[in-house]
Amino acid sequence: MTTAPTTRRPAASSTKGRPPAAVSARKQRAHRRLMQQRPGRLAYLTLVAVLFFSGFPLYYSFVVASRDNSALAQVPPPVLPGANLVENVERVFTTVPFDAALINSALVSVTVTVSVVFFSTLAGFAFAKLRFTASKALLVAVIATMMVPVQLGVIPLYMLMIEMRWTDTLWAVIAPGLVNAFGVFFMTQYLRGALPGELIEAARADGASTFRIFWQVVLPVARPAAVVLGVLTFLNAWNDYFWPLIVLSSPDRYTVQVALSTLAGGYVTDQSLVLTGTMLATLPLLAVFALLGKYMISGIMQGAVKG
Amino acid sequence: MATATNSPETKGRAASAGRPVPPGPWRDRLHRLDLKASPFLYIAPFFVLFAAFGLFPLAFTAWVSMHDWSLLSDEQVFVGADNYTALLTDPYFWNALGNTVSILALSTVPQLLAALLLAHLLTMRLRGQTFFRMGMLLPNVASVVAVAVIFSQLFGRDFGLINWVLESLGAGRIDWQTGRASSHAAIAVMVAWKWTGYNTLIYLAAMQAVPKDVYEAAHLDGASRLQQLFRITVPMIRPTIVFTVIVSTIYGLQIFAEPQLFGGAGPNGVTGGASRQFQTLTLYLYEHAFNRGFQFGYASAVAWTMFAVIVLIALLNYLFIRRIRSDS
Repeated sequence: MTTAPTTRRPAASSTKGRPPAAVSARKQRAHRRLMQQRPGRLAYLTLVAVLFFSGFPLYYSFVVASRDNSALAQVPPPVLPGANLVENVERVFTTVPFDAALINSALVSVTVTVSVVFFSTLAGFAFAKLRFTASKALLVAVIATMMVPVQLGVIPLYMLMIEMRWTDTLWAVIAPGLVNAFGVFFMTQYLRGALPGELIEAARADGASTFRIFWQVVLPVARPAAVVLGVLTFLNAWNDYFWPLIVLSSPDRYTVQVALSTLAGGYVTDQSLVLTGTMLATLPLLAVFALLGKYMISGIMQGAVKG
Repeated sequence: MATATNSPETKGRAASAGRPVPPGPWRDRLHRLDLKASPFLYIAPFFVLFAAFGLFPLAFTAWVSMHDWSLLSDEQVFVGADNYTALLTDPYFWNALGNTVSILALSTVPQLLAALLLAHLLTMRLRGQTFFRMGMLLPNVASVVAVAVIFSQLFGRDFGLINWVLESLGAGRIDWQTGRASSHAAIAVMVAWKWTGYNTLIYLAAMQAVPKDVYEAAHLDGASRLQQLFRITVPMIRPTIVFTVIVSTIYGLQIFAEPQLFGGAGPNGVTGGASRQFQTLTLYLYEHAFNRGFQFGYASAVAWTMFAVIVLIALLNYLFIRRIRSDS
């Protein structure tokens, strides 16, 4: 925004006969101008339209959630919130054990997040900074597993849970989520760059054991990446649906997503009720997003460049 | 690492800290054990847990698929390839495969193209950069269930907002759920809505890593922004594009919640509509494994076939995109 488009004159002609220093200065200026290219109105218009379509469905679910069903049949349909929100929320909690579902989802998501962040940091430390046999091959194995569609193993996984008598318990939902390959890869990449080798060597010289180094040197350094990984993992765990749907069968064991799907699966679909449930299930995430969204963005973008 | 203590620098540091490592065979052996075993101990949780709950089930699926295996009986009879033969002769399987590929194409192609263009816009010097990025990622925060529920309402036949807009524009109402093409389009919109912003950010990150002087040269040569995008940016971020195409494909082939909830959960959801017009492969698998007599053997054959399809399509994508590179 600092340069107007009018400054975009042909630069090549004005450089003749200048000393090299001036050329490089000119080059820098051209460079800056290029990178600071001011987007036109069309660019802003497109982006605003995209934002509208991104936000509108969520906003509309709030509109429906705050109205009664008869309002939805109106022509034109309502686009402003109504006054039935509290009543609809109460109906959600009496129709399905939604409070239990919220607690279950919180338990699952927090446990999975803590575990993924801890084990990923531990393994990432080993891959990034410790020397051991076959470490390269093992890291390649980790990366390869990122592409494995483990969801396709649900049937033996379900049989395994029956063997362990874990079906219809939260353990069945938590256990497969305790580690993931992306986390290990992500922490490895981060620690490789962020953790100076001298720091570890100094700690070793002081006689610290490897685990002590991990605890006192690596963990503090890993914190920014741990926040990013934590946010992404929490969202994934909270939003998981396929596996919990299969393995949980009693309504009071349901996670939020499964409870929500039973709301939506009634024979007569009660839209206000269903979308109120949706809103309740999404609000915690919107809060997390508002607080930590920028970490999420940096996580996705870091993963992209290095991945 | 073991040689670290020999370097004069670290030795001096240890001495100045006043805590030199006490010598002694016992301590020494412990130290060496720590150095040797620790790395394996640290990566073990990942490998053990992943093997137990990820890899083993997936591999065991192949074994189960060769049996007449049901939760309802204790006996598992080896049937060889029978499940696969039955599967490949079931028109519903081919129907599900066709639906899945159709939804995949409808959602992935426009989505990734849009993401490329949007990322290109975001590389410009915009006011409110963070705001736009956050806004674009917003849909990704909602769960697939939430997305499916919200869009099922928007695409509703009688009271859906989209039909109301269509009608007021003079176009007719569409019974989105009943038609094959229309239901695929609706489901593709759900997928694209959730993932476009996410892919935009991935592309944006890759674009920011492209050396700036390449653009400078192109700019001086008078290349337009759009030319720069397709002639410079796209070839330079090809690895990232391959990555997103493969990830979207793997995700898209396993799509489940969107069609299931679009059909209204219940039996209509599992079959993907009354005439299976939008039943995907994962729905088909779910139907046989958990909805209809727990036919684990047969459903495992479905899963393993899906695995083969996923590997095949990922490979084709890879080869296809590599070809584009060698052509240009």
